[in-house]
Amino acid sequence: MAIDVLIAEDEPSILEALSFVLQRAGWNIGAVMDGEAVMEAVRNFQPRVLILDIMMPKRSGFEVLKQIRAEPTMRGLPVLVLTAKGQQQDRRVAEQLGADSFLTKPYANADVVNSIRLLLDRPASGAA
Amino acid sequence: MTLTADLVIAAAIAYVGLLFLVAFLGDRHTRNSAGGFLRSPFVYTLSISVYCTSWTFYGAVGSAARNGLEFVTIYLGPTLVFIGWWFILRRLVRISHDQRITSIADLLSSRFGKSTRLAVLVTVLAVIAIAPYIALQLKAVTSSIEAIAGASAFGRGRLEGWSEAGLAFGVAAGMAVFTILFGTRNVDAKEQHHGVVAAIALEAVVKLTALVAVGLFVLYAGGGFENIFTRAADAGLNIHATNGFGDRWVASLLLAAAAIICLPRQFQVTVVENSDESHLRTASWAFPAYMLAMSVFIVPIALYGLTSMPAGSNPDMFTLTLPLAAGQDGLALFAFIGGFSSATSMIILESIALSIMVSNHIVVPIMLRMTNDDQAGDGQGVRRLILNARRLSIVLILFLGFGYFYMTRTSDALAPIGLISFTGVAQFLPAILAALFWRDATAKAAIAAVSVGFLIWLWSSFMPSFASSSPLVAAVMAEGPFGISWLRPQALFGLSQLDPLAHAVFWSLFLNTSVLVAGSLLSSQSALEHVQAAIFLNVFRRHLGEASALRGSAAADDLFLVASRVLGHQRAFDLFSEEVRQTDTAWNSLQPTPGFIHRLERELAGSIGAASAHVMLSKVVSGDAISLEEVMQMADETQQAIEHSHALERASAKLRATAEQLEVANRQLRKVDLQKDEFLSQVSHEVRTPMTAIRAFSEILLSEDDLDHVSSRKFVSTIHKESLRLTSLLDEILDLSALERGERVWENRRINAEESLEQALRVCDALARQNGTAIRFGPRAGPVAISADPDRLSQVFINLISNAIKYNNAPSPVVSVRSRIEDEYYLVEIADNGPGVPEEERLRIFDKFYRGRLGESVGLAGAGLGLPISREIVARLQGTLELLSEPGGGACFTVRLPLPRAAGKHLSV
Repeated sequence: MAIDVLIAEDEPSILEALSFVLQRAGWNIGAVMDGEAVMEAVRNFQPRVLILDIMMPKRSGFEVLKQIRAEPTMRGLPVLVLTAKGQQQDRRVAEQLGADSFLTKPYANADVVNSIRLLLDRPASGAA
Repeated sequence: MTLTADLVIAAAIAYVGLLFLVAFLGDRHTRNSAGGFLRSPFVYTLSISVYCTSWTFYGAVGSAARNGLEFVTIYLGPTLVFIGWWFILRRLVRISHDQRITSIADLLSSRFGKSTRLAVLVTVLAVIAIAPYIALQLKAVTSSIEAIAGASAFGRGRLEGWSEAGLAFGVAAGMAVFTILFGTRNVDAKEQHHGVVAAIALEAVVKLTALVAVGLFVLYAGGGFENIFTRAADAGLNIHATNGFGDRWVASLLLAAAAIICLPRQFQVTVVENSDESHLRTASWAFPAYMLAMSVFIVPIALYGLTSMPAGSNPDMFTLTLPLAAGQDGLALFAFIGGFSSATSMIILESIALSIMVSNHIVVPIMLRMTNDDQAGDGQGVRRLILNARRLSIVLILFLGFGYFYMTRTSDALAPIGLISFTGVAQFLPAILAALFWRDATAKAAIAAVSVGFLIWLWSSFMPSFASSSPLVAAVMAEGPFGISWLRPQALFGLSQLDPLAHAVFWSLFLNTSVLVAGSLLSSQSALEHVQAAIFLNVFRRHLGEASALRGSAAADDLFLVASRVLGHQRAFDLFSEEVRQTDTAWNSLQPTPGFIHRLERELAGSIGAASAHVMLSKVVSGDAISLEEVMQMADETQQAIEHSHALERASAKLRATAEQLEVANRQLRKVDLQKDEFLSQVSHEVRTPMTAIRAFSEILLSEDDLDHVSSRKFVSTIHKESLRLTSLLDEILDLSALERGERVWENRRINAEESLEQALRVCDALARQNGTAIRFGPRAGPVAISADPDRLSQVFINLISNAIKYNNAPSPVVSVRSRIEDEYYLVEIADNGPGVPEEERLRIFDKFYRGRLGESVGLAGAGLGLPISREIVARLQGTLELLSEPGGGACFTVRLPLPRAAGKHLSV
């Protein structure tokens, strides 16, 4: 089964809520709970979009994003960055590293859905 | 050859002609060359010997004949001053060169804040005080002419019908004309009267030679020193016996020493005419030597005169009458010329010096007050006015001298008249010494002191000299004014035992000095005085010439106008051209610098005195009070700046230290700031995380209507759980921050530590059962009394035990708890068989919000504040919380708490 959205989030409650909302919106969901697992999951499941938390165990979301943008096969993957720190600096770093969208926790569920929809509707670029 | 008055007068006129020629050639010589021999230290020394007047030439012999060795003091005083030239004269010369001082009045005025009032006072007093001295010269010249005229039947010649007073008037008039011709050809006193000095030097040679010639003649006629003394002793004369070294001797020694400094003409030749400071060194021995030569023959002449001349002869004229009596007309004529020489040199120089003072300190200030700067006139106008003022004052001075002569003509002796003048000018001495050595002396005090001294002088020294001609004065002398006996001029305040001279000297100088000292201590200096005092006192420290009191701006045109009015167009033009050249600007764009204004002021001061120059420039220079304060500070430098710079050094060292401390503090602050940012960022994260879950689930519950009961219950319970998490997070943050601030949020009391441990175990029992963790009890310490808060101590144990349970992922998790007493400490160890804390995390696990990898990966709810809080609590109890490695993996936390010192180890509680 193809996965539409891969969620990288270490907080179980948040992950649960996100999965519920996105499934309700009609997408197939995959999830990982630490930074190290993201790359492999992307490689294996080839998601159409990635939701990436910044503060994750083992490897931070920034590191993961940098890796993705450096990997030719994944470069075009649309990424929505989530952060609980909510500082301007985080947003800037995320944009510099090539995040396509950025949301601060706590977010409105509708905003997440809209962002994902926009990213999915975008004409695919790169090798994805 | 028979000497007649005609011949003598003709010889005198011829001699004056010679002097005039010498002066003229001298002037031309110095104009053409750099001064040559005229600027040699010996010419300088000879000019200083203008000190030896006809008083010395004639009067010393008379004095020796009347009062014995007292005359020696007149030479001894100056000798002491010159030998000690280093202390006073050198200072005077240096200051006067630096400040372009033109006279003694200028000196005092300049030191005391360029005070015009003081300058006027000193000038007026000097003119009055010198009058007797001038009279003395007139008397000497007149007497000498009379002596010659009376020596032969036809002696009077054309003087037939002239009274003594008439003759004296003629002499005075002649002297006035002569002095005017000599001394008032140019204005700038600082240009120095080289011609006059040359003439004075020649006169010094003439008078010395004449006196020595007479002395040798006397020795020849009297058969040598020994014969003369023996004969005198036989005749009952013993010059050693009279008076001796009493109060009078001391007084006249003091007066003579003061006179060599304070007499206007001595100041003129010694200080103003000095072209090279090193000349003083030569003069310091050459001048005393000259005076010694002058005095060697005084006693023999006096004794020989007393023994060989008929009784009743005037001893003042022995120098002249002895050769006359012996028929040595040629020698007598030479002696006359010698005496004439000493009189003319004194009169010329004294009246030049006084006329400069009068014109600079009285006429020019009045002129400045009366003219406004806009009615400038041509440059020649001021110069002509100054020259005329000087000419007029010469006439005035000689007239005053004549007046005094006329009033006191009944007294015979020369020396007492001279001493009156000496006492008068000595009143300047305290102020001069204060000017040179005492920083705190004030102008007000100086004015008061000079005035008081002078009043005493007028009363007890000057006035009594009229006693013989005025019955009123004689009456006052005898009974005091209005019969007040303690005001009798020669017995002031009941002091009647002293010699009149000593009496006058004592009271005048004593009160003068007292007023100066007391006045200076009671009054304060103006800013300008302060500046000038510093310049005077620090004259040898460093060149402070730039400390002009006139600061500010002035239009070059105005300055030029002023300069050309006083200095003449050519001189002013030269000065400005030089400035234009130096500053490399065009004439019409010249901006006078403070330095230039100061130079100009000095140049003007050379012509019209410091006070007048200051006033004159002040009219065109717009300075302000602040700049004066600046100057004050500058001038104060030397003495105070040294202290100041020490203080500055100390201050800047302190500043450096403070800056370093600030730097350290700043670094710490930045660090703290960073930590605070980091902390807030973490708090934000920890708060937002549960908030996110709460919001997300709430929105789901709100928007999804078709949720099944199980899901909605689950979501609500998640919301509940997350909100509890949020609450405990906030509690922990507040708790930790209070602990970190050092707030004592609990009271320690004596408790049984084991009971707190038991309580913690009870609390964790449910959690352990939930996780399937076995709690194993090791050896226990038994009841232990320590000082703590039981709940807080429990909190620590709960934290450690629950961590051990939560982070233990072993298949059969075990937590072991043991306690014991060891070296005055109560130890509790909580160990588990979990994965342990990786080496790289050991240092960080006590950091705030650090949860470790395991903690993060298992998604355990906890903000990472438990360990930091526990460690803070233990630290407050003077204990330690450490992480040890448990053999065979797992973590072991040790709490170590000190036992109360006085208490026993095991107490039943």
